[in-house]
Amino acid sequence: MISVRINGQPETLASTLSVADLLQAKGLAGKRLAVERNGQIVPRGAHAETVLADGDCLEIVVAVGGG
Amino acid sequence: MNDSLVIAGKTYGSRLLVGTGKYKDFDETRAAIEASGAEIVTVAIRRTNIGQNPDEPNLLDFLPPERFTLLPNTAGCYTADDAVRTLRLARELLDGHTLVKLEVLGDPDTLFPNMPETLKAAETLVKDGFDVMVYCSDDPIQAKMLEEIGCVAVMPLASLIGSGMGILNPWNLQLIIDQSAVPVLVDAGVGTASDAAIAMELGCDGVLMNTAIAKAQDPILMARAMRKGVEAGREAFLAGRMPRKTYAASPSSPTTGLIGR
Repeated sequence: MISVRINGQPETLASTLSVADLLQAKGLAGKRLAVERNGQIVPRGAHAETVLADGDCLEIVVAVGGG
Repeated sequence: MNDSLVIAGKTYGSRLLVGTGKYKDFDETRAAIEASGAEIVTVAIRRTNIGQNPDEPNLLDFLPPERFTLLPNTAGCYTADDAVRTLRLARELLDGHTLVKLEVLGDPDTLFPNMPETLKAAETLVKDGFDVMVYCSDDPIQAKMLEEIGCVAVMPLASLIGSGMGILNPWNLQLIIDQSAVPVLVDAGVGTASDAAIAMELGCDGVLMNTAIAKAQDPILMARAMRKGVEAGREAFLAGRMPRKTYAASPSSPTTGLIGR
């Protein structure tokens, strides 16, 4: 098991999860979103091969209304 | 009349740019944007709600990027680092899109920009290949610095964000317009159509607004009014106004041929 933070919230995950697996598990697969891991962008093409590690900080963002 | 706005090499027919915040729902957002005629629309970047209603509607389904030029912003960012990270996420979200609106705020009450952080972020973003439209104070010196850094448009405030107070310092705006080689857009402070017209009459290249439309009693009607205000102001600017005189003694009707003389 690993501990990560997703959008500021602590979570415990199975250690073998990739970014793609995580998005799938959260019902976010195929959505228009972007992922940052420890301050670095994880490009969409690298979601499947990027495996999460203990202590990772993830930001998962979408576009919302704004001025 | 062919009078288009060119930003970062792309040509736009409309000089009105609009935000997508504060609307009742996405249908109203879309209807107001259609009525405004805007081609460039701003969006904000925020954390998604994890595990809460994953099927909730997505703004981008209502604003297809094929149809509108999306302008992701950094609203809510108070440091250069946060602004840069936000726009890198936006570029990933929008498939390599580089046109962005940079704003780094300095105070949560007034939303006045933090200019040192804005300059710092602009430098990083320009080096990173972004086309930066930048919200700034109406200080001509710092506006020039932003242009020299390589920003593609400078966007001074007319008055504070969301205030609807209109054009408070036309003289500073005029200085920025006169000195700038890149487009100058008034961003923030417009309250009603005449404010937009005044900005355009000064020679601004465009106006960016959100609250003035979204928080009008009838947003769709105000969107149409703003479209006309921007167009009227632009045409008045191009036409060149008559000189101001305190009095002229020059009536518009003939001074000869009057009866009874």
